[in-house]
Amino acid sequence: MTERELVIVGGGPAGLAAALAAGEAGVKDILLIERDQHLGGILNQCIHTGFGLHRFKAELTGPEYADRFVKTVEKAPEIEVSLRSFAVKLTGDRVITYLKPGAMEEVKARAVILATGCRERTREMIPICGSRPAGVYPAGLAQKMINLEGWIPGKEAVIVGSGDIGLIMARRMTLEGMKVKAVIEIQKTTRGLTRNVVQCLEDYGIPLHLRHKILKITGRDRVEKVEVVRVDDNFAGIPRSGFEIRCDTVLISVGLIPENELLEMAGAQIDPKTNGPLSARVNFTSIPGIFVCGNAFRVYDLADNVSLDSESAGRSAAEYLGKGSADRGNLS
Amino acid sequence: MNRLMICIECPQGCRLSVETGGSRVISVTGQECECGENYARQEIENPVRTLTASVLTGSPALKMLPVRTSAPIPKEKIFPAMEEIKKIKVPFPVETGDAVVKNFMGLGVDLLATRKSGRSFP
Ligand code: SF4
Repeated sequence: MTERELVIVGGGPAGLAAALAAGEAGVKDILLIERDQHLGGILNQCIHTGFGLHRFKAELTGPEYADRFVKTVEKAPEIEVSLRSFAVKLTGDRVITYLKPGAMEEVKARAVILATGCRERTREMIPICGSRPAGVYPAGLAQKMINLEGWIPGKEAVIVGSGDIGLIMARRMTLEGMKVKAVIEIQKTTRGLTRNVVQCLEDYGIPLHLRHKILKITGRDRVEKVEVVRVDDNFAGIPRSGFEIRCDTVLISVGLIPENELLEMAGAQIDPKTNGPLSARVNFTSIPGIFVCGNAFRVYDLADNVSLDSESAGRSAAEYLGKGSADRGNLS
Repeated sequence: MNRLMICIECPQGCRLSVETGGSRVISVTGQECECGENYARQEIENPVRTLTASVLTGSPALKMLPVRTSAPIPKEKIFPAMEEIKKIKVPFPVETGDAVVKNFMGLGVDLLATRKSGRSFP
């Protein structure tokens, strides 16, 4: 078993920013482990613009935003990156087990930062009746299929939930030749930015049904249609307000949950409502020396804020390691 | 004719009421700052959008290369541009910001790679 000063799990926006900030604050021995073969995490599939307005005063795409951090990490001598490395275990005394091609490694860290991001809420977490045909995807998975794999998930789609990922996918699928028939939102207002409602839906004439929900998904092998109904103030369906939409694809975009399995494994306290760590301070957990940052701590709207939060986690870890708490600003 | 629109230049989201004659703007009301009027004028007289998409590389290390237009292009060029983008293949290594196509479709903008392709780091 090797020993390291600081191990960071996750090489997305959170892990990258935390590593750089910890390095700047004086941590000399940082191991950053990432399960993919590239750094950048979810930013790599967010190919639309809208990143970095606060931090870089420029309208970047996700990969461009990631690239600015990756380039700095590549040059930082104190940061070692281990790609294709999947953390499978964390103990309360900060021993991390991870798999990489051909090997299982164990490393004992003096401090750990978990930058493991979040996962999507799925169809199973919202009540929709009906059968279980193919063609129902979490919106982020569909985004990965289209943008990273080059697969088109279907021909005609309905999107459940009007968060930004759902709106952006409505446009993306339309551009790739799919017909997006509707976005269904149970609330009275959209959850996404007005900008995205205008540029992703109105630009393409995609109907947004507020105060509606999907009652049922029908299909044998593949989705054939969905039943939509208006809801009252208690989100109950209003009788005889229903209509059907024929489609072969349903995207579910109903929110994100922090991913904290490793932290739970280590025995830390998790808030059952949010799935984030229970702690007195931002980025801290109930276990000394284990920190959580970015969307794993709580789900942020903007990548820029993930970076800010993670930099402060990097500095907190440095302070814990006795490196002083000099605030040296951020990357911009 | 009167058109209602929401200014998206800042989170305030002012509701604009725009008096138009043909494709020209005559007057704008409802904005809380001058950006609102400029936004309405731009949106009605010459709406433009930055287009982002991804193109094939043919390389197993990175199957799809994300691209963007270097500046916004007229809205009505979006679908013709997508038809062009679907034909593009980038089998050679590029760096973030490299032009994949110069003066894309004669629009005076380049199509830029938004990440590097080729060998993965490290
Ligand atoms: S008009 Fe000005 S204040 Fe109102 S939304 Fe536009 S930019 Fe913001």
